[in-house]
Amino acid sequence: MHLALFFIFGGLCIAGALNLLLQRHPINSALSLIVVMTSLAVLYLLLGAEFLAAAQVIVYSGAIMVLFTFVIMLLNAGREETTHGSKAAYIVGFPGAAAILGVLAYIFLKQSDNLGTAKLGEYLVTTHDLSRVLFRDLLLPFEVTSVLILIAILGAVALARKGHE
Amino acid sequence: MEASIWIFLLLSVLKVAVVTVILLTAVAYTVLLERKVVGRIQNRWGPSRVGPFGLLQPLADGIKLFLKEDLMPSNVYKPLYIIAPMIALTCALISIGVVPFGKEIYVKGVDLFQISDINIGLLVILGVTSVGVYGIALSGWSSNSKYSLLGSLRSSAQLVSYELALGLSLVGVVLRAGSFRLRDIVDIQATHGILSWNVFGGLQFVAFLIYLMAAYAETNRAPFDLPEAESELTAGYHTEYSSMKFAMFFMAEYANMITVSCVATLLFLGGWSSPFGSLLPAWGGPVVQALLPVFWFVVKVFFFLFLYIWVRGTLPRFRYDQLMGFGWKFLLPVAILNIIATSLWLAYRA
Repeated sequence: MHLALFFIFGGLCIAGALNLLLQRHPINSALSLIVVMTSLAVLYLLLGAEFLAAAQVIVYSGAIMVLFTFVIMLLNAGREETTHGSKAAYIVGFPGAAAILGVLAYIFLKQSDNLGTAKLGEYLVTTHDLSRVLFRDLLLPFEVTSVLILIAILGAVALARKGHE
Repeated sequence: MEASIWIFLLLSVLKVAVVTVILLTAVAYTVLLERKVVGRIQNRWGPSRVGPFGLLQPLADGIKLFLKEDLMPSNVYKPLYIIAPMIALTCALISIGVVPFGKEIYVKGVDLFQISDINIGLLVILGVTSVGVYGIALSGWSSNSKYSLLGSLRSSAQLVSYELALGLSLVGVVLRAGSFRLRDIVDIQATHGILSWNVFGGLQFVAFLIYLMAAYAETNRAPFDLPEAESELTAGYHTEYSSMKFAMFFMAEYANMITVSCVATLLFLGGWSSPFGSLLPAWGGPVVQALLPVFWFVVKVFFFLFLYIWVRGTLPRFRYDQLMGFGWKFLLPVAILNIIATSLWLAYRA
């Protein structure tokens, strides 16, 4: 059951990601991204991270992607014009991506004994445990990240104000 | 062993079917209730011709919508135009799946008064509602019409803004219960009747008001019904829809109202618990004892639905800048202050 769900939503995730790249219309790409985000939430749920799954749906599928579609709708962005693709992508991009994939696969396979294994549907991280880790053991990194996001917001506001004056 | 699994499956499917039918009937009769009550508020009768007191009006409306021609405007973006009302209705119907209606009573391993009991029930409702925005957003965009687009733009901006205040207003309740599970949240309010409900004894009165206001905005209801403001936008995001597709948006809006009322009941008014607590002696057989909590639940949900209609009949519509200013500059800070006050109080008591 868990394995079947994993394959269904893993497949859906990859299909959504490919569709995101292949679609010409921005709104279709945005919708594919929503499919990717939501399938990821199901994968988190399968690994027992229920709070993370809910947060993924609320924050990414719900809030962030609504803003994406909002901007696309507001600008009334039409079909993208296709170019023949840049030379740099062919020369550097594809071999580069292949190399990164190769290196990552090599490291994961070599270190597979040292890495822990997570089995599908075997344990559950309750919100209680998660908050204990987040607000006690990892409090400083958590707070620093939130300050970082605050700085990003302030930066965006500052940049937006510049045009008016 | 095999047989019991089949019985479990059968009962579960039956439960889902019964809840869906009840919800859709409730949707139909909420529409009638709204037309009746708004009619009385405006000093007229409301529907009174079909059946006694107009009680068969929802049936007549349903048949009319089924039989109407399904118009497809020529310049719409078809795939999204068709799928948008489905998204809206599906998301509106899903969230009722985690709402508990009464005490935990198991028959052959099936919980009678809740479709599924999830640890993060509250978050599931928030998540499903936040995905439901796409129905409205995409309908407006794919209709290829100015009114629809403006309606859906207003709606997405409004939903994203008020979702923050809505989510934050619930934090106080979650802090008090220490759980996202809806049954836990109700159980903590069940000890002393009305006095231990979150809205009174739980000191979440401010959170309750924030929730109500944000929820009205989330469901696009008056006084926050700018996405479908008739005087400016004809009908807003569903201007180009007709027949069943229009009916799906309509059903989604009322199903969302019912869900919001259920959540308000569960989180602030003690869910299915009786307002008299243990003052009233337990009476009647086990069947009465099982159904009485459901009765209280329905009464409270009805109160919220009536309030929705009452507010619609009373208050004028906001202006758009007022709406945004109210959400961001008033509701959000008050919700954050409420969280701080609640956590300090809980920390002091602990």
